[in-house]
Order: sequence, then structure tokens, then C-alpha cells
Amino acid sequence: MDVFDDLVGQEQAATVLRRAAAAAAEVLAGGRGAGMTHAWLFTGPPGSGRFDAAKAFAAALLCPDQGCGHCDACHQVMIGSHPDLESVRPQGLSYGVKQTRELILRAAGRSTMGRWRVVLFDDADRATEQAANALLKAIEEPPPRTVWLLCAPAPDDMIITIRSRCRVVTLVTPSSQAVAHALVTRDDVAPGVAESVARAAQGDLARARRLALDESARGRREAVLSIPKSLTNVGECIAAAEKLVKTADEDAAAATAELNESEIAELRAIYGEGSTGKGLNKGLVRGGAGALKELETAQKSRATRIKRESLDTALLDLMAFYRDVLAVQFGAPVELANGDRRAELEAAARASRPEETLKRTAAIMRCRERLAANVNPQIAVEALTLALWKPGN
Amino acid sequence: MWHAAGMGNAAPVTLVSGDEELLADRAVASVVSSVRAAEPTAEVHDLVGAKVEPGELTRLMSPSLFGDRSVVVVRNAQDLTKDVVTETVKYAAHPSDDVTLVLVHPGGVKGKALVDGVKKAGAQVVTVAKLTKAGERIDFIRNEFRGLGRTIAPAAAHALLDAVGSDLRELAAACSQLAFDTQEKTVGEAAVARYHRGRAEVSGFNVADMAVEGKLAEALEQLRWALSTGVAPVLIVSALAGGLRSLAKVSGAPRNANENQLAGRLGMPPWKIRNARRQLNGWGPEGLSRAIQAVATADEQVKGGGTDAAYALENTIQTIVHSRNGR
Ligand SMILES: [Zn+2]
Repeated sequence: MDVFDDLVGQEQAATVLRRAAAAAAEVLAGGRGAGMTHAWLFTGPPGSGRFDAAKAFAAALLCPDQGCGHCDACHQVMIGSHPDLESVRPQGLSYGVKQTRELILRAAGRSTMGRWRVVLFDDADRATEQAANALLKAIEEPPPRTVWLLCAPAPDDMIITIRSRCRVVTLVTPSSQAVAHALVTRDDVAPGVAESVARAAQGDLARARRLALDESARGRREAVLSIPKSLTNVGECIAAAEKLVKTADEDAAAATAELNESEIAELRAIYGEGSTGKGLNKGLVRGGAGALKELETAQKSRATRIKRESLDTALLDLMAFYRDVLAVQFGAPVELANGDRRAELEAAARASRPEETLKRTAAIMRCRERLAANVNPQIAVEALTLALWKPGN
Repeated sequence: MWHAAGMGNAAPVTLVSGDEELLADRAVASVVSSVRAAEPTAEVHDLVGAKVEPGELTRLMSPSLFGDRSVVVVRNAQDLTKDVVTETVKYAAHPSDDVTLVLVHPGGVKGKALVDGVKKAGAQVVTVAKLTKAGERIDFIRNEFRGLGRTIAPAAAHALLDAVGSDLRELAAACSQLAFDTQEKTVGEAAVARYHRGRAEVSGFNVADMAVEGKLAEALEQLRWALSTGVAPVLIVSALAGGLRSLAKVSGAPRNANENQLAGRLGMPPWKIRNARRQLNGWGPEGLSRAIQAVATADEQVKGGGTDAAYALENTIQTIVHSRNGR
């Protein structure tokens, strides 16, 4: 048993990482340590557990026993409190050069436990171009004991110079059996439910867990999947788009409201003890207003990101629906994400031709691209629902 | 001088002379209201010069049996026929006590006999010439605010004139809007800037209205104007999307449903539903769908910066207008 056993459906990556952890131990013991390197890039589709895999590797580097999973070091890494671990998870749409420089400085410090200094950088693809360049310099000439673990959806999300200096660990979409097994053994989900949500989440463990444990997430998915048959005229298309965007807005609001308030309270505690009066700036000491403004910008960026992700989840559910329709149309013997909606899939398959289904999936991809390009969500989704209704246009 | 209302007794004959329409209208309105202030039931006959028959004025202005008061307004008095001019000048010399006559003449040579005649007969003259100097317009703006119980800072008055232009009707509308929107007694530059931004946004809606109504040339003209005044392209895209969205929503609703009932369901005010129903003329589902897709492409182009925003918008407007083909 070690920290890599907890990775779901990533046997191959686990093998690579165990070997690297052994090599790292060899380096610390004064050996050559072939197979250990200073910069790693963990890539894989959403839900494949990039961050978890990188964290497990961090534990393996900092644990005296190459990631036993139960010592203090392993535990501290898992909860993010290990003194030699710098963990970064960008909250907003982008990660700036100023923050990156600060991170690089912290990364250059000496290891307190005499092992490694590990930087765990999730969603490193959000680094701005300037930030990525700063990062590149740090990776090119690393202090001897610093290890960078970058996570990004795909290798080409990172600028080529960074990519070429990193060893890439490719995670795969776990099988739905692996996801279901993890839900049953770790979250006490009933096997039948686990299998159903694992298929629905298409290998995204986090999403499967949410679907299994959060009723409102299930309800939202039901609402999304009822969209295709609701699109009977232009007005319905517009209404469906409005609903989708509104749901995403509410998601973002719910996810951020509490967090925002506690962050502002924290900032006030630093800059303006016990101040009273109107307006957020009132009573803040010097520098407080600037910091507050920075925080508000970051919070806004985070809300936009959550909204985008929530919409993207809905789009992926729709994508799975039409992929299932296509599978039915072709009689392909594949596992259906929406196997529990067999009758509906068959009705949709009969009512359209495979070419139309393909056009519909293309329209969903297009919408995702548009959202990524910052197109107004409502406009992008309206264009989508209309294309789903009449894919000929 | 422009706020003649409440001047008390109006002269029996008033000649409003000059080519500034807003001021002429106001002069007429102030005579009417001063008569009505004394006699709320006074009848108003609003006539147009070219259509006045000989004898008509004499009939309207002869004393009533019951001593009822009335106001006779003749607009475009330069178009009165010769006979009617003679009739009017003769009346002006001996006007009736019960009747107030207002003649509106734009100035100029045409109908000069009328002007000279009634002046000689002792009519009260109100001159409403077009304002030609910036200083006069500034005075106008200040008067407007005074009339509204406010004042405007000199710099703000200049900014307003720059933003709105020299049309007095538009200036007057701007003044009343500003007085309405501003809390402070004195309207400052910031308020004017805010007002101007609001107007810029409105111009995006004008583009959208023209486009969905199929008025290509007007839509393109509005577009150029909007872009030249610094309206952000994304605002225009969003106005286009909003216009088409309204049409799409309303198109899906039952045709015979009442606007007030639909309002709640569609999340649109009744007037907007009514407007969309009118604009839907010429639109079919396929066309609407194509037009909305075009707007999404436009938003992508405007934000991507790859294409010239003005070009992308022109293209989109053309697609929208051509999608309006009943299908
Ligand atoms: Zn351990």
C-alpha cells in the first residue's frame, strides 16, 4: 500500500511515478538517481486526477519511505501543510507574473527536512504569457533540490519551451468500473448508483462523486438532459439557453458568495482592525484599498471561471447524450453514458440521421470554443440550442 | 422669454414669428395654457394655414352666445390664402373678447402681408428665431434648467452642448432627462458624462432596431455613427443579440395570447412584446435562427480581434437583414 494506490484507474502513471520516487531517494542518498528530474508536467482530461497524482508524487518525494501514505510527512502533504511543499491552485481565469515570481522565490528556499522543495502548480496553463516565461527561467536553472510539478489538461496547453523541459506524465480517463469501485469503497455509495453515475460522469471521478452525493447536481443534470427534446421552436431554444446560463450563474454565485465574504473579512482583519463606517474601503489602513481592489478582481475572475466550468459541465452532458444517440444510430456496442435513458436515446436516434447528430456534436464543440474565447455565454448558448434544434443551419 | 407660461392674460391676437420650431411650439403652448388657466374649459382650434377656408376663421371667432372662451391657433400661417389674410387682418383690428388668436409664421417673405397687417393692427409679437451662436444655446440650456428648478455648472453646459449638438429639441430633452436623473441642485460635468454614455448605449439599440426591421441602409448608417461616437462593438453585438432574442421569445408564444399575460412568462414588459410582434413581420424561424448564429459569430470576431470589428458588424447586419425572408 502506498500513496499511488489511491489514484483511480492510473496504473501506468503510478508505475512511472513509483520508479521516479525510488530514483529520487537514490539522489538523496548520494546516488545518480537516473529517472528523477526537476520538472514534471501532469496532463490528463478533466477528472482524471492530475492534481491528486501530482500530490501523491509530492508525498512520495517528501516521505522518508517513498510515499507510505500514513506517516506525518505523507499526511502533511495530503492536507497541504508540509513545510517543504508550495501548493498553488489558481482561482481565477489567469495567474499573473507577479504571483509567479513570488512563487519562484519561495520555491528557491532550502528544504527544511533535508529532502526536496516541491512546488505543486495546479492549472499551470492559466499562467499568463509573462508568467510562463518567468516560470521557464526557474525551471531551466533550478536550485538542486527543487522539484516543479505542473498540472495542465494537455501538454500543448503549456508553451512549448516549458513543455520540452518537463517530463510529461499522462493520465488517462479512468474506466467507469474504476470510478464506480472508488465510489463504493471510499464514499460508501451503493453499487448500482455508483455504476450509473460513473457512466454519466464519463470517467470524471470528481463529477461522479458529486452526482452520487449531491442531489442538486443530479437534478441539474436531469434538467440539462431534458433540453434536447424541449427544443421544438425558436422560442423554446432561447428559453432553454436562458435557463442554462442562469443555472451557471447561480452555481457561480453559490460557490463564491461565502468564500468572497470570508476573504474580505480576512483582508479587513489584516488592514483595518475593527473599523466601522460605510463602504468597504472605510477605515482600511494604507495599502488596504489596493489589496481589496486586487482581491475583488481575483474574486470576479474566479466567479467567471466557475460559471464557465458549470456551463462546460452542462455542455459535456449534452455531448454525451448525442454521442449516445450516434452510438445507437450506428448500433455500436459501446457503453452508453446515458444507458438509463435508453428509450429516449432510441427515440432521438430514430428521429434524426447520423449526419445531423454529428452536426449537433460539432455545434457543442463550437460552443465550448466560443466560451473559452470569452464570447458572451448567453449568445454562445443561444447559437448552440438553435443549432441543436435545426442542425442544418 | 421662452417660459411665457403663467404670464396671465394673453393678448387677443399673438403673432409667433420665426423659424425655431421648438420655441414656436412653446410660445403657442404658453398662450393656450394662460387662457386655460383662467378658463379651464376653453376650446382650442388648431388649424393649418393651407387648409383654412375663407369665412372659417370669422365663424370660429364670432362671439359665442354663452360667452365661452376659445383659442384659435393657425400654424404655417404663411400658407393662408389672400382672402383669408384679408379676413384675418380685418379681425385683428377689432378682436373679440372671447377669442384668443395665435398666428404662427416662420418669417420670410411669404405671407408677409399677414405679418405686416396684424402687427399694424396691434397684435402682440413673439419672436422665435433660430439660435445661431453657441452663447445663445448655452443661455438656452441654463434657462431650461432654471425652468426645471435647477442650475447647471458652466463647464457642464458646454459639455452637454458638445455631446448633444445644436438641435434645441434634443437639447431640451437632454436637459429634462438630466434634471430628472440628477439628485444635486447643480448639474455637473460627471452627470453630463453619465448621460452621454447612456445615449451611446441607446445608439446600439437603434442599430438593432433598424437591422431587425430590415432597414439595411439605416442600420449601417446608425452603426457607423455609433462606432464613430465611441460605442464599444461588444455593446452593439449585445444590442443585436437582445433585439433578436426578443423576437425569438415572442415568436414562440401563442399569437392570440394577451401581452400582459405573456409578460410574466417571457420575462418581458408588455410594450416590448408589442414591439417585437410588430418587428416579427417578415421573420420566420429559420431566418431568426440564422441571424442569431451570425451574432454569435460576430461576438467571437469582435472579441477575438482577428477581424476588423466594424467590418464584422457590417457583415452581421447584412446577414440579419437578409435572413428576414419570412422563412
Ligand atoms: Zn509516508
